Amino acid sequence: MRQPKVIIVGGGLAGLMAAIRVAEHGVPVELFSIVPVKRSHSVCAQGGINAAKNTKGEGDSTAKHFDDSIYGGDFLANQTPVQRMCEAAPGIIDLLDRMGVMFNRTAEGLLDYRRFGGTLYHRTAFAGATTGQQMLYALDEQVRRFEAEDKVKKYEGWTFLSAVMDEAGVCRGICGMDLKTMEVRTFPADVAIICTGGIGAIYGRSTNSVVCTGSAQSALFQQGVDYANGEFIQVHPTAIPGEDKLRLMSESARGEGGRVWVPKKPGDTRPPKQIPESERFYFLEEWYPKYGNLVVRDIATRAIHKIVFEMKMGLAGEPAVYLDLTHIKREELDRKLEGILETYEKFVGVDPREEPMKVFPGVHYTMGGIWIDNENAATNVPGIYAAGECDYQYHGANRLGANSLVSCIWGGMVSGPASVKYARGLEKGHETVSSQVFEREQKRQQEINERLLVQQGTENPLTIWKEMGAWMTEHVTVVRHNKNLEKADAKLQELIERYQRINVADRTKWSNQTLNFVRELYNMLILARVITLGALARNESRGAHYKPDFPERDDKNWLKTTRAHWENGPIELKYEAVDTSLLPPRARRYDVAQ
Amino acid sequence: MPLRKGWEEMAEKKTVVVRVKRQGGPKERPRWEEFELEWRPCMNVIICLRDIAERPITRDGKVTTPVSYEVNCLEEVCGSCAMVINGKARMACSALVDQLEQPIRLEPMAKFPVVRDLAVDRSVMFENLKRVKAWVPIDGTYALGEGPRMSQEKQSKAYPLSRCITCGACLEVCPQVNENSQFIGAAIISQVRLFNLHPTGAMHARERIEAVMGPGGVADCANAQNCVKICPKSIPLTESLADVNRQAIQQALTGWLIG
Repeated sequence: MRQPKVIIVGGGLAGLMAAIRVAEHGVPVELFSIVPVKRSHSVCAQGGINAAKNTKGEGDSTAKHFDDSIYGGDFLANQTPVQRMCEAAPGIIDLLDRMGVMFNRTAEGLLDYRRFGGTLYHRTAFAGATTGQQMLYALDEQVRRFEAEDKVKKYEGWTFLSAVMDEAGVCRGICGMDLKTMEVRTFPADVAIICTGGIGAIYGRSTNSVVCTGSAQSALFQQGVDYANGEFIQVHPTAIPGEDKLRLMSESARGEGGRVWVPKKPGDTRPPKQIPESERFYFLEEWYPKYGNLVVRDIATRAIHKIVFEMKMGLAGEPAVYLDLTHIKREELDRKLEGILETYEKFVGVDPREEPMKVFPGVHYTMGGIWIDNENAATNVPGIYAAGECDYQYHGANRLGANSLVSCIWGGMVSGPASVKYARGLEKGHETVSSQVFEREQKRQQEINERLLVQQGTENPLTIWKEMGAWMTEHVTVVRHNKNLEKADAKLQELIERYQRINVADRTKWSNQTLNFVRELYNMLILARVITLGALARNESRGAHYKPDFPERDDKNWLKTTRAHWENGPIELKYEAVDTSLLPPRARRYDVAQ
Repeated sequence: MPLRKGWEEMAEKKTVVVRVKRQGGPKERPRWEEFELEWRPCMNVIICLRDIAERPITRDGKVTTPVSYEVNCLEEVCGSCAMVINGKARMACSALVDQLEQPIRLEPMAKFPVVRDLAVDRSVMFENLKRVKAWVPIDGTYALGEGPRMSQEKQSKAYPLSRCITCGACLEVCPQVNENSQFIGAAIISQVRLFNLHPTGAMHARERIEAVMGPGGVADCANAQNCVKICPKSIPLTESLADVNRQAIQQALTGWLIG
């Protein structure tokens, strides 16, 4: 019997979990990552991972986790895959625990669970406030073990450029670039699982890491892989603004009792501790009494926007609100939240145990992503699978906090075995494909590099990137107006036109980071258009997508998945039905009981 | 008052002077370049490097290339952007300009091969994690039930060790890490302690201790204690070194007694 081969692109939680699963099936894995996998963006996940273990006698269940997730996602997610994920979650926690993730414990030595957004149950397991880091390390260690046994081969410091497609439109491998030698090379395989994470860089500044550009997703989109629900972008309510990055202040701060407030008197310049309780406006608690500070993210973010931009109640007139932990015991804060407190202290220079933090919403997560089917995480192109943040499957119109880590692991668990099954079922494997197929793709990619390196342009890539980020942030985030979306798309087209005259300031052929960034930039611009056009078309408000001109959810016309398609040219938007077979859609009202 | 402040800004626009040690490739000769950048509030070293990339022109007007460096999370949790800043190994993202003496000097870490400019190759650290078997050897990802119970006290001891970001700062400052030694360094040895603390990991403690008993192992530590002072995550590295050393001595003695 022939031995199939699987390629995994991306070494965050989803990619590593997929790698483990494929290796366990005895199939060799080649794992590609821009950074050493231990430095992937999953390290930034802070607050925890959801699983209805019901360890606090609250009567929690996987059915409730499922209901909270669908309701929180405003009924846009396909229900069957979400149900499977919620049912798998308790087992995922057990597995991570066995792998040695240093979760916080109770007096009895069991895992501790805390509250998180969009639920009334203690459902979130956590390792301090660095849960993503701890999980990533545990999976990284398991993959290192497979690597030591020659079952996984890592290509770290390689970036994905494209899929290699044969004449029949089947993926037969990938084309990558070594970021050190700048070598462009194709790698034959039967399957590629894409686990390339988020797209924050399209917004310039976000809570994402530098590698989260969405470049791979966009490159695949331009090769015919559909992209779904791109317009659904999560803006996290609480981040620390910065010029280089919006640093996340985890929802777990509120899960552990943190309170969001502003002074009742607009422009009050007194130090926060001198403002008495009666002169503080705890607006989330007042507007959403049942969920309070733990209302779902899209609603908390819009509430902060309302406070700052409509009611002009931002701190000292600035776009900021307080996130206050000072009423909680120092010892408890250190045990449960140390990582994020340290981040605030280091980057702002103020101790959040002593003084309330100043925070503001920031682009955080894409619910949309590569279209995959409900069963196998397969895309519409044979041989390409997707898992993790880069897929669109599990979060609907708004993701619940601490559901991303579950979906990453679950996506890896689904796509790994499914891709093995596909590869084993192939009549003709990658070894039968003509070498011309690979040479053609390699040449196509090399030519792009060569053209960029000799081109005498006038446009600076960082300037184009900053302009794209500024436009996207202003018009395609929290509040969306059709006329602004039209303007944003016109701007993106202008930037794509200017991109043709781009100047690669570095023409060397060794470790040329500028060349790589310029290549990513083009892909970011295309994906930015997918997001913007999706938003423009969707004339309703649902989850994170909010249009004041269409303030209500419109199930009659818009309970459907956006599916962007590219066939050598204009971006085409198609729509398909959402799987609502398990929970009939109901109105989403967090200001009253569900 | 505001008027006065405005005047001052007009009279003198604040700038940041950055000197970068450049090196085109592993075998090329290093050289220094100086840049003058516009000061803004809350700048860090990464913002400086981005400013240079947007306008790669030295202070004396020479057109150059953007600086190569490793970067990812920008919040000191991925370990990418370690470099030597004003003589000290640290993460560039959390190095705030207003807290640094100018001109700010940026150099690559010296204990690792330079790839280009400030980017170095730290793969030796990941290789050494393999050597010491830094993992919990589970039987598989099948449904095998819950993990072992653990006290909160033990978790509190292990968790700080598991926050190591493999940045390499502890190797950079260790006098025992040099061309004539194979010392694997504090970060890796601390991981041995972490996995030997875990109830399942402990079942394979002997293998890990074995791996740090030979040349380059824990006995090469000369107790300079620079590692614990430089660690950006405040990991108790000297405690780890002492603990693993104790385990190694114990294992050597038992081995000797059993013969």
